[in-house]
Amino acid sequence: MSGDPILEIRNLSYAIGERTILRDISLSVREGETVVLLGRSGSGKTTFLKAVNGLVRPTSGEIRFEGKASSEWDIIHLRRRMGYVIQDAGLFPHWTVAANVGLVPRLENWDAQRIEQRIDALLRQVGLEPAEFRNRYPRQLSGGQKQRVGIARALAADPPLMLLDEPFAALDPITRFDLQRQFLELRNTMHKTALFVTHDIREALMLASRVVLFKDGMVDVLATPAEFLAAKTPEASAFLASLDDRWRPA
Amino acid sequence: MNGQLASEILALTLEHLELVLITIAVAAAVALPGAVFLAQRPRLRRWAVGFANVAQTIPSLALFGFLLPIPLIGGIGIRTAIIALCLYALLPILRNALVGLIGVDPSVRESAVAMGMTPQQVLWQVELPLAVPSIVAGLRIATVTTIGTATIAAAIGGGGLGVFIFRGISMVDMPTVLAGAVPAAIMALLADEGLEWIERRLSPG
Repeated sequence: MSGDPILEIRNLSYAIGERTILRDISLSVREGETVVLLGRSGSGKTTFLKAVNGLVRPTSGEIRFEGKASSEWDIIHLRRRMGYVIQDAGLFPHWTVAANVGLVPRLENWDAQRIEQRIDALLRQVGLEPAEFRNRYPRQLSGGQKQRVGIARALAADPPLMLLDEPFAALDPITRFDLQRQFLELRNTMHKTALFVTHDIREALMLASRVVLFKDGMVDVLATPAEFLAAKTPEASAFLASLDDRWRPA
Repeated sequence: MNGQLASEILALTLEHLELVLITIAVAAAVALPGAVFLAQRPRLRRWAVGFANVAQTIPSLALFGFLLPIPLIGGIGIRTAIIALCLYALLPILRNALVGLIGVDPSVRESAVAMGMTPQQVLWQVELPLAVPSIVAGLRIATVTTIGTATIAAAIGGGGLGVFIFRGISMVDMPTVLAGAVPAAIMALLADEGLEWIERRLSPG
């Protein structure tokens, strides 16, 4: 694992008309890190994630990925180097699980046999038995299974960076915890770098190498989980209050 | 039923079918690419759907009448008939295709783009396949209504089963009317069933 930043963002701002969504954000992400973007709804964390893979175009500032400014990247190629997982998985309903997982390898013209092997390996990695799940359609999956397939699809072409936008937010607590643990395990075995958006402070503290707290489109706190517990800003305190033991039954 | 009548029914049925098939082919060739184009352009879309709506409200006999004196596209015969029928078929095909294309789950489209599909790949591999059931539904409605409306084409020399119906009316002879109406009704029912079957077969998942 090298310490070079895989992703470097300098003074990023984004506005729609008069409305400023992101204000002067700088962040560098080193290889192997999971940087969790924490914040309330509308704090700009999702927009920030979308700016990273070019779904929104920043008004000013610079994004460098793998040492190259995003303006030097072919946008399609750039996106294929970043796995992308969203809340309701966004699986293609007309494709089987196998076809969904094999999407990027197919776009990248891998040979068929290699794609098939890759699909099986990935499904096992996310805890789905290929023989059972390969030929199912998304509507035949539970929420947790869809999300597993979504993660397998994002990992398919072994991208150096994963972007995850509240991937577990819609799951029940038990399935969510299960997937969070699996995510940690995957990250530790595959040394994946990830940008992970959530509004759940527990999830942030559990998964993060570093936490970035967003408030009104600005970075409020940037800290390791341990440091974050001691953060004193009003927004950090508001999030930390929800961890208070006082609300547990005796 | 004598042999001469039977062969005339067959000939006019085939002519009717030809009228319908050409109409649907032409209308689809305009409306489907049009829907793809308009799906991305909301403002233009309102105008286009508005135009197709207005065309739909013109009484069919009147529309044939309007077209008659227009140079190049007007006049007596099958060409004028097909142009008028196309104007009617346009709306259901266009509107249903638009509903299908616009109705694609935004999260599906977003992840397609975010995973690095080109706009062409998103269109051909995601949006169009997901819109197919709706597109076929539009073709089905257009086909069934065109089979009915095409009987009026006989009024301006377009031929088809309407020939029997107009002849029957002018002779006040019900069996002759039925010789045109019954095969047209059967054709409409078969087209409806057949296209509904295709629609179900092509539904995703």
